[in-house]
Amino acid sequence: MTTTSATTPPDYIEDDQAPSETPWQLAWRQLRKNKAAIAGLITLICLYGCAILANFLSPYRMELRSDQVFQPPSPIRFHNADGGFSLRPYTTQLKFNPSDNAFHEVAGTLEPVHFLVTGEPYRLLGILPLRIHLFGAPDHIPFHLLGTDSDGRDVFSRLLIGSQISLSIGIIAICITFSIGLTVGGIAGYWGGRVDSVIMRICEVIMSVPQFYLLIALAGLLPAKIDPRLTFLMIIIILSFVGWAGLARVVRGISLSVRELEYVQAARALGVPEGRIIRRHILPGAFTYASVAATLSIPGYILAESGLSFLGLGIKIPFPSWGNMLSAAQDLDVIQTKVWMLCPAAMIFITVLAFNFLGDGLRDALDPKLRR
Amino acid sequence: MLRFIIKRLLTMIPLLVGISFLCFLILRLSPGDFVQSLYSGDQFSDEIRKQVTHEFGLDKPWPVQYLLWLGNAARLNFGISLSTRQPVAGMLWERMGNTLILSLCSMVLAWGMAIPLGIMSAVKRNSIIDRLCSLMAFTGISVPAFFLALLAMLFAQKTGWFPIGGMHSNDYEDLDSRHRILDMIHHLVLPTLVLGFAGCAGIMRQMRGSLLDTLRDNYVIAARARGLSETKTVVKHAVRNAINPLITLFGFSLAGLLSGAALVENVMTWPGLGRLILESVQSKDIYMVMGAFTMGATMLMLGNLLSDILLAVSDPRIRMGK
Repeated sequence: MTTTSATTPPDYIEDDQAPSETPWQLAWRQLRKNKAAIAGLITLICLYGCAILANFLSPYRMELRSDQVFQPPSPIRFHNADGGFSLRPYTTQLKFNPSDNAFHEVAGTLEPVHFLVTGEPYRLLGILPLRIHLFGAPDHIPFHLLGTDSDGRDVFSRLLIGSQISLSIGIIAICITFSIGLTVGGIAGYWGGRVDSVIMRICEVIMSVPQFYLLIALAGLLPAKIDPRLTFLMIIIILSFVGWAGLARVVRGISLSVRELEYVQAARALGVPEGRIIRRHILPGAFTYASVAATLSIPGYILAESGLSFLGLGIKIPFPSWGNMLSAAQDLDVIQTKVWMLCPAAMIFITVLAFNFLGDGLRDALDPKLRR
Repeated sequence: MLRFIIKRLLTMIPLLVGISFLCFLILRLSPGDFVQSLYSGDQFSDEIRKQVTHEFGLDKPWPVQYLLWLGNAARLNFGISLSTRQPVAGMLWERMGNTLILSLCSMVLAWGMAIPLGIMSAVKRNSIIDRLCSLMAFTGISVPAFFLALLAMLFAQKTGWFPIGGMHSNDYEDLDSRHRILDMIHHLVLPTLVLGFAGCAGIMRQMRGSLLDTLRDNYVIAARARGLSETKTVVKHAVRNAINPLITLFGFSLAGLLSGAALVENVMTWPGLGRLILESVQSKDIYMVMGAFTMGATMLMLGNLLSDILLAVSDPRIRMGK
């Protein structure tokens, strides 16, 4: 940094007129260089896209039960009944044979899988009433892309609908945490004094309890017989309640240190009003840091939700979440013989990995020290 | 130094009061009565319910209840468990000991693995070792701990090398003390590996980043210019300075460790504090929950204190500063 100021002539042009990039453009340029971060970003866009279109992509209703219990994934063939190659996938029926305790293909049931078929009615995004699904087999052939679970429900459909819950919980919780943390932390750091010490003591109380203990206690005390939709809301509230304290502390620290920096002092000396100082000078500094912290803490919420649901304290059936789908796989026999039941674990892994890649990349991109 | 420690210990007291009050508030706000849920069957008359309620002091107004609990807790009497009718304290010490054993072992494993690996990947930046370590770290961060625990149990079942969950074998009572310890270690291996692997990732990334920062510093260049061997430069100069941010991390990692332990304990049926909390929350055993909560918080705070002391020992700037 010192070398650049020595070689280039000092320019006193107003910032707005200088042909330089805004900090966000600079960060984006930096981020684009990071392959892992971009891969993470693309993965996340795909995952959230699938979650939005979940009803359209899933062939069955999430709570639809069948007598095909623990059916393995339906076979997909690229040839028709005559054995000739076909681009259209075909599937066959699987039937349980009690004598050898396994599913077998039923001969002569090879049927084509059709795309954009009319099926169960649903509302896309909760508004648009539709009946069209991306794919589906004829009604008499059960077509389960990722098999069925202990109640004969389609795992693929539940995985998609579950992604709506599992993926949105992290985002909603972080939005709440973020706004509380930024406001409370900013207030504490700027006002200081008694307000600051009261807020910080409250934060310390929350942070001194191992997080998962608090989560278990809060979630475990939810009454068992409430509307599952309400549970979803409660879990978000619980996660945000546990999470805001850490962020508030960080934001407070930043606004405390930024408050004393020369450029803020200079702005004050120039008579810039307090509100403008907070908005233009203090919050941007805290905001970049906090946004990185937020991206990196979303995986924590997703993991916490899945952990709670896995223990049976989180999202309740009939609603699927990746965590409560996995709790069906708690039985060691199920893990060994019904591998398709572990798909939710793979989804959690991919999502969390993508968020971590993106968060790491964002941190590097927004860190001025690394821009050399 | 002693004054600092005593001061810190004293500030823990109001925090603990706050935590127990928060816990009490949560328990009181939640619907469902503790006695109602334990004595709900027809075989219990209203008379008995009333008597039990009185016996546990649950008929008093709640501020009185809390203050009574607080007064007793100050004398390390955490009340009587509603479900087992045993003193909470005994159960609490036992469970806390178990969690402590598990946490300490995983911590030693995590740090023992993370520091050398972190140093190696920073020194040999962008080499195959570095790539492999990064991959391992990201995997460790991204796999849910409970899933790792499930896989470990599967491993135990498949190979038969390790017991499937639990802390003691069935014939534990008949063993002599040497075999008892061996038996426990045998049960301890898998949960330790799971927690250690999960905890190792973050520490390794931090060590790598921190060492990369210090390797760019002027005194490292100076040491190289003076002709010091590379090992000496890294170990004696860079690592010593890079390790400070990690000591701060020690406190944070402890919180994560206890949280992770709570999940692993529940999956692998390790009788620790996290499992106790789940059990007693579900049976609405109010005094047990409060005790376990306070103990968990105490452990975390003592850990943070330890990390502050370590920081003061290793960094003279902090020692001189205040």
